[in-house]
Amino acid sequence: MDRHGAALEVRPEAASSLRSRLGSGLGALLWVLPLAFLLVFYFYPLATILQVSFSRGAAGWAAPFIEALSSASIRSVLWFTIWQAAVSTALTLLVGLPGAYLLARYDFPGKSFLQALTGIPFVMPTLVVAAAFNALLGPRGWVNGLLVEVFNLQQPPIQFVNTLGAILLAHVFYNTTIVLRMVGDFWAHIDPRLAQAAQVLGASRLQTLRHVVLPLIMPAVAASALLVFIFDFTSFGVILVLGGPRFATLEVEIYRQTVSLFNLPLAAALSIIQLLTTLALTVLYTWLNRRLSTPLNLRPRTYTQARLVSWRSKLFAAVVLGLLLALTVLPLAGLAARSVTHFEPPQRGESGGFAGFTLNYYRELGVNRQSSIFYVPPARAISISLGYAGLTVLLALLIGLPASWALARDPADSRSAAARINRLLDPVLMLPLGTSAVTLGLGFLIALDEPPLDLRASPLLVPLAHTLVAFPFVVRSLTPALRSIRPRLRQAAAVMGATPLQVLRHIDLPLVGRALIVAATFAFTISLGEFGATSLISRPEYPTVPVAIYRLISRPGALNYGQALALSTLLMSITAAGMLFIERFRVADIGEF
Amino acid sequence: MKRGTILLVILVLLLAACAPAAETESPPVQETPQVENGGERRTLTVMTHDSFAASEEVLQAFEEEHNVDVQILTAGDAGSALNRAILSRGNPLADVFYGVDNSFLSRALDEGIFEPYESPLLADIPDEFELDPTHHALPVDFGDVCFNYDKAYFEEAGLEPPQHIEDLVREEYRSLTVVENPATSSPGLSFLLATIGHFGEDGYLEYWQGLVENDLLVVNDWETAYYGEFTRAGGSRPVVLSYATSPPAEVIFAEQPMDEPPTGVITADGSCFRQVEFVGILEGTQNRDLAERWVDFMLSPTFQEDIPLQMFVIPVNENAELSGVFAEFLITAENPAEVSPEEISANREAWIQAWTDTVLR
Amino acid sequence: MNDGLSVRDVYKSFGKKQALAGVSFDLPEGQVMAMLGPSGSGKSTLLGIIAGLDSPDQGEVLWKGESLRGVPPHRRGFGLMFQDFALFPHRNVFDNVAFALQMASRPKAEIERRVAEMLELVGLPGFEQRDVNTLSGGEQQRVALARSLAPNPRLLMLDEPLGALDRNLRERLALDLGHILHEMHQTALYVTHDQEEAFTLADQVVILNEGRIEQTGAPQEIYLRPRSLFVARFLGMSNLVSGEVFQRDGRLVAATALGELPLPPTSSRQVTVLVRPDRASLDGQGDLQLDGEVIEKQFRGSLSRTRVRVGGVELLFDFPSHIPLPAPGQRVQISLNTDEALQVFEK
Repeated sequence: MDRHGAALEVRPEAASSLRSRLGSGLGALLWVLPLAFLLVFYFYPLATILQVSFSRGAAGWAAPFIEALSSASIRSVLWFTIWQAAVSTALTLLVGLPGAYLLARYDFPGKSFLQALTGIPFVMPTLVVAAAFNALLGPRGWVNGLLVEVFNLQQPPIQFVNTLGAILLAHVFYNTTIVLRMVGDFWAHIDPRLAQAAQVLGASRLQTLRHVVLPLIMPAVAASALLVFIFDFTSFGVILVLGGPRFATLEVEIYRQTVSLFNLPLAAALSIIQLLTTLALTVLYTWLNRRLSTPLNLRPRTYTQARLVSWRSKLFAAVVLGLLLALTVLPLAGLAARSVTHFEPPQRGESGGFAGFTLNYYRELGVNRQSSIFYVPPARAISISLGYAGLTVLLALLIGLPASWALARDPADSRSAAARINRLLDPVLMLPLGTSAVTLGLGFLIALDEPPLDLRASPLLVPLAHTLVAFPFVVRSLTPALRSIRPRLRQAAAVMGATPLQVLRHIDLPLVGRALIVAATFAFTISLGEFGATSLISRPEYPTVPVAIYRLISRPGALNYGQALALSTLLMSITAAGMLFIERFRVADIGEF
Repeated sequence: MKRGTILLVILVLLLAACAPAAETESPPVQETPQVENGGERRTLTVMTHDSFAASEEVLQAFEEEHNVDVQILTAGDAGSALNRAILSRGNPLADVFYGVDNSFLSRALDEGIFEPYESPLLADIPDEFELDPTHHALPVDFGDVCFNYDKAYFEEAGLEPPQHIEDLVREEYRSLTVVENPATSSPGLSFLLATIGHFGEDGYLEYWQGLVENDLLVVNDWETAYYGEFTRAGGSRPVVLSYATSPPAEVIFAEQPMDEPPTGVITADGSCFRQVEFVGILEGTQNRDLAERWVDFMLSPTFQEDIPLQMFVIPVNENAELSGVFAEFLITAENPAEVSPEEISANREAWIQAWTDTVLR
Repeated sequence: MNDGLSVRDVYKSFGKKQALAGVSFDLPEGQVMAMLGPSGSGKSTLLGIIAGLDSPDQGEVLWKGESLRGVPPHRRGFGLMFQDFALFPHRNVFDNVAFALQMASRPKAEIERRVAEMLELVGLPGFEQRDVNTLSGGEQQRVALARSLAPNPRLLMLDEPLGALDRNLRERLALDLGHILHEMHQTALYVTHDQEEAFTLADQVVILNEGRIEQTGAPQEIYLRPRSLFVARFLGMSNLVSGEVFQRDGRLVAATALGELPLPPTSSRQVTVLVRPDRASLDGQGDLQLDGEVIEKQFRGSLSRTRVRVGGVELLFDFPSHIPLPAPGQRVQISLNTDEALQVFEK
């Protein structure tokens, strides 16, 4: 109960009418920047490429749709895309929620480090992840090797590459951090007394979870589930590299139709189908969310978090941490280990194998052996990546904050203009996530070709493309937190003379500081790991680290492969360091709460 | 901050370990746009795919000779780059486009993105490479997509390595081959075309049937095949679809010096497919003269001799000499399988579909 | 004792800080016990342990003679009302009050009946469909009470339930609460730092200080006979003087700033003497007379609280308001009967 609540019995009705008048004006203003950004860098390019694509078709714009929907193989691709995303999301939640609980309720040494570690997968290029998993689970990988030894088997029992299992595992590997961060941070602020009250009232642990805890954390769970689903739905690299030829998602099909077959009308139709599915989901989410958000008494982490004391909690922590580490760290650790290991391939008469440690690959990164013009020393690639990432964080926050704030300031009257605008624009914000990178990349090319927007060859296009993906994340991270701030706190501040800006600075900002940090971290890691759009629009003299890794790994030769691993390890390190840095950000009480 | 500091320290140490060993630091390539007034130095923009590479000295020599800044734009793989060139046709991004290969040649020519140019250097290029008689697209280099095999594996198994792709359906080579998906991979498509060229449209599916029955492994991309399934990478398949230049590359990028390539190539007649890459002057360029110089430059021995070590493909100019490891170890196909660009363009989708139905179902 | 709650030698530490150091008491069924103490004295910790939300380092909690060790909170049948109510924000009033019954899967009709009954009891009839987030502080407190009472808990614990309310509301609700609890013969443990509240509601009072029980007893008893300096001070009795013990004419006296005060038999050399504020009169009768000067008079309804300076020491006395009192600045003579008015605490 807020300290001021009793003394200031502010009648909710009076305050809300004032607010709704202010709200409409302010709310509309808040949308200006995000909308402008979306219009210029999303809708305009998208519309252009769609129009061009359809105009290339001989039979009008309806024909490709009919073709798509009547083709059995495309229908099955669509179906596969949906259900593999659903299963992946469910699995990710299953793995992530216990972890979120651990991170929310307990404080233990090494916690920040662990959080940083689980965020690294998000950044890793698919080819590298495939290599890491292969080393672990491939036919000659560690696990199979162990099983063959122990059980005296003829064949390695685990078939990893080209299986559905590989796709699902990789998706969980990549996306668990979304659940951990979004749900974990939100959960951390929920008053533990509520669960205690429930228990004393006779609810078992399970009942407490079901009737009290889950409903309260549902906004964050839903938001993270939506994001994870959309990512899995538009999955490309994982399907291509780990799933193999038998699996195709819409995104893969769009790529094929565009690049290999140059069937732009069909590709456009598929893009639209992909988009509409995303839209439908987001609308569903928005509708659901309305019903799910409750004003909460947000509590500081010093209050809600405890040390691991009882043996039961320690066991729980050990199991959950063990699982998380096995999932995320093990493959990456294997990768890092491989980057400093000299590995002899089987030669004449020798079986090959481990042949000592070496820093050779790292040294080689610094050498321009063929004096190629596009050689870029790793430090430069790293600073380019970090530069893009920094820009992306700034842009994404700049555009995402106003949108979040507008969404959170939902007026009580759901028929007012402001509420209608919110309902309309909320799903729209998510669209860039659900749009094919291939299509959008082409859209940039065609649309942004006249000054002052001739950005086709500009390095600035990279952070802009990254921001398109990052800022929906920012919005989804911030909005549940902002929505949960009890209106009474803001009212109390306002009645005591705080201007809306002061309310923002002294009430909202500290309370959502954690969510801001989560949002910034997402923007950072999304930018660092982005490959698809970047490879399409990058200038070769400004390669990001994933692009540089790809350059190395797409060439034969042991040194090339080793360098790719070394650079990947560097990428992992800067990601972790960057995330830790953001985590410790302590300006203006942000992060203190 | 303690953990962060530790990580930063590790990072700094690792970076220090890869500090450039003095010598060649590449100067940043000049940026566009160039200042209009007062600068007599013009800019030539070359659009290409992300496998393009050249050495600094060679490029700088060109820039100085013609007083021009060369700006390279890369845009994904060959197919993506071409699409971008096609879609920006009215307002081209660049003056020149390099990287169309024979599987995309017809598409490029049909879309009319090039202006014709008959370079004097064409005289030094064998006719077999001039797949465009109208000289809109001029050949620059070629690469042979051939099977590589792991010599050590076959030696240890006491098995004779396959000599021809027809061998791959034989019992003794069961479960030893990995190829890439023609729908998603350029070498994969090339091999499919090779089978069509060699067995004909009536026979190739039967061949593929045989491969499938012989436990063929198909993956989606070259990296997964070469660095994942190939026995030299710890996989279980000693026969991988790659390029004729891969064995010399293995020698060049070996960790310890090698006497000979650890892999061999299957280059028997009809077993490889030749990918030829072309350059063309983009229609609507404002720098036609510079573009012509560039095309000449790309066909000249200076650039051509630079190609193998930079891009791992083979120059077309007769006067370009191979040197070093390539001269010693490169084996190319004498009679690769052939399919014309027009046929490829017309039947690509149908052939891929037929292949998919046969192999993946 | 086999009737009601028993707490036996409970110890609890958090790191270096010892929150509870050997707390023991009995609370018979049907009684209301108030637990008084300053903040940080361990009251909330103790409630948590009794409720089963935490476990003691040593000691036991028993109900009707049976140990509750290992029994999880949802099986103890106790109720706990938090200081900040902890109402479920995502449920309306009905669903909050009905929660315990829903968890026990009671039939729908029974639940509805019980909820209506509880809301009636706490003075909020018809509030079922209201959103808890829009209720005022007093209303929330009553919903929280209704919620705790609905499952008919064997023991109801209330943790400073009136702490967040303003004074008027607090007084009114304390009375209401007392009535409700007694009407229902609810065994209750009421934690507060407010002495008046405790005395209003409780059959027994326990005073806690730094994890230890200072005194247990009926409110009157504690008030009339505080057993330690801490309790005395806590109850607001501040007329304390200390002095050395002498023999005078075969009796023990303490030489204090107020003069020589007679003492009961004691072996201490130094004592602190409490002069009770409620035992003074101005009628000149009594075996101890104190001469002083009135400094201040506070009218408080039926009592007037007067501050008097005697021998350099300021003392507070409560006189009935109908007695004429000297004005500030005037001299006054205060009469006390030492065996009623003085209380001696040994060092």
